[in-house]
Amino acid sequence: MSPDLRTRLGSVHLDNPVLTAAGCAGTGRELAAFFDISRIGAVITKSVMLEPRAGRPAPRVAETPSGMLSATGLQGPGVEVFLQRDLPWLLSRGGRAGVSLAGSGVAEYAELARRVSEAPGVSFLEVNLSCANPSDQGRHFTDDPREAARVVHAVRSHARSDVPVFAKLAADVPDPVALAEACAEARADGLSLVNTVRGMAIDPRSLRPAVAGGMGGVSGPAIRPIAVGCVYEVHAALPELPIIGSGGVRTGADVLEFLAAGASAAAVGTVNFHDPSACVRILREVEEALTEHGVRRVADVIGAAHRPMGAPLGGADAPGGA
Amino acid sequence: MSDFGPVQIRCPVLSVRRVDAYYAITVVAPQIAERFRAGQFVAVAVGGEASAMLLRRPFAVHDVKPDYGGTVEFLFSVRGAGTSWLSERRSRDLLDVVGPLGRPFPLPRDPVNCALVGGGSGGAPLFPLAHALRRRGCRVDFLLGGASADRVFSAITARRVAETATFTTDDGSFGVRGPVTAPLGRVIEEARSDVVYACGPMPMLREAGAVAARHGIPLQVAVEETMACGTGLCMSCVVPVVGEDGVTRMVRACVDGPVFRGERVRFDDVGTIPFDALGAPGWKARPEPGDGMADRAAG
Repeated sequence: MSPDLRTRLGSVHLDNPVLTAAGCAGTGRELAAFFDISRIGAVITKSVMLEPRAGRPAPRVAETPSGMLSATGLQGPGVEVFLQRDLPWLLSRGGRAGVSLAGSGVAEYAELARRVSEAPGVSFLEVNLSCANPSDQGRHFTDDPREAARVVHAVRSHARSDVPVFAKLAADVPDPVALAEACAEARADGLSLVNTVRGMAIDPRSLRPAVAGGMGGVSGPAIRPIAVGCVYEVHAALPELPIIGSGGVRTGADVLEFLAAGASAAAVGTVNFHDPSACVRILREVEEALTEHGVRRVADVIGAAHRPMGAPLGGADAPGGA
Repeated sequence: MSDFGPVQIRCPVLSVRRVDAYYAITVVAPQIAERFRAGQFVAVAVGGEASAMLLRRPFAVHDVKPDYGGTVEFLFSVRGAGTSWLSERRSRDLLDVVGPLGRPFPLPRDPVNCALVGGGSGGAPLFPLAHALRRRGCRVDFLLGGASADRVFSAITARRVAETATFTTDDGSFGVRGPVTAPLGRVIEEARSDVVYACGPMPMLREAGAVAARHGIPLQVAVEETMACGTGLCMSCVVPVVGEDGVTRMVRACVDGPVFRGERVRFDDVGTIPFDALGAPGWKARPEPGDGMADRAAG
């Protein structure tokens, strides 16, 4: 019998735990050339902003070992086009939509939360907090748990109450657990861990930064241990809060790793660039791996790494079990 | 999912050969070959299944043949670990290839005279274009340039398919010394060209655009931008292009291009975000009609 792949993100029920990570799958249109996007758990869209945004100059990406460095600067058409064109398209294909929001201030996040959550068919919101905070000398909102909490609180207050809000956090902060707790206190319904890790690559020929912005975000399998560690620590501190894990997911085994660390779903990011069919391949691999482990339900694996050695998968005390 | 969109396939390598300074790999890929139109490209994964190199390498398609159900050939030069790995592939090795990608060259409805200008490996996509144009009864005049003789490839094919073929090198080791755009004006006049097709580095495309504009004929360019995926996801290959509404947008070379109308590309602003591009820091949304009324009423 094939295992039960269903999972829950707070009040949201998903068919399976394989999602796309924000900024790595557009709104699903490009990937739809390669597979039926209604088959995956959800598409987390590219971060939406209020106004159109041209992003950063090229070069925007550089290859790094088992990953990439990128600085695209949140290029996008703005919320109006998103709501009129991109979101309806995704829903028309039977896709589940998690919408990532990016603002340049608390008020902008609040307005985005209101407008996007009122659009029919939005399953959940993800708050991209790795944006420059103009009232904090351009540092990211995640650099200060109080600033992150202000944004999360504003989004939660302005979003429709039945649309869960996930705070997407960075791992390269002094205390990820304290940041997660601040977001939980601000009534985040869940967390999305992790965003890219700040870094730089230098072009060996020019000896200048390889991307135009200088600094960029590192993603891909290179950061997976950082992401898994962050999920593990945060789940240990906040076991009730659902987590979307992301950071270098490439195979079904990687999804299981995130689930065992405490995530309820895992988002595929940079690997979509490498392998546009990755999501459906990974979904198949998850199913095969669960069968191999003799596990009946995805829910039984969530948090498995926190249980004592020898504890059966799917035991009665398993947290996250339905 | 559609019959016209790209496919991702693991396809066997038929041959790997040196072509002067370049390598040419031919893969057996019927689904790509049957969908392909001149100007489109493929994106190839490098380094094998658990590769640490995650970015796909985009290559223009140089030739498509019906053998073995359909083969696709692309050219590349070895620039780093990824292309070095590719150059070491052998017959029957499998390659993960996505394609055909991007918008093809638009073809004229009538049998017109076409000048094809290629710089370096930018000459590659012009060969399937030349064949398609000839099939429509168009006259083709080829101009191919490179840094040195070993970077001007397929000269024999160019001579065969084209009415005239002009070659240039930077060092004068083959053909005329100088940039490939230098003889373009003369070729346009002698061949009475109606349209120019160009592929190569941005400065070359800009110059080709200037020459075409002086002669009052349209130009189609295929740009060669750095890409991470080739499928439109990563937003890394953006170029400032003026839309039909007169608004400049940062568009993706992979899905909105690589072929653009020459006069639409803001060559001088490539590598920057023009201040008036949609969503640039200096960009302002056009005021709503209602706003203007309010201003007048208030003023």
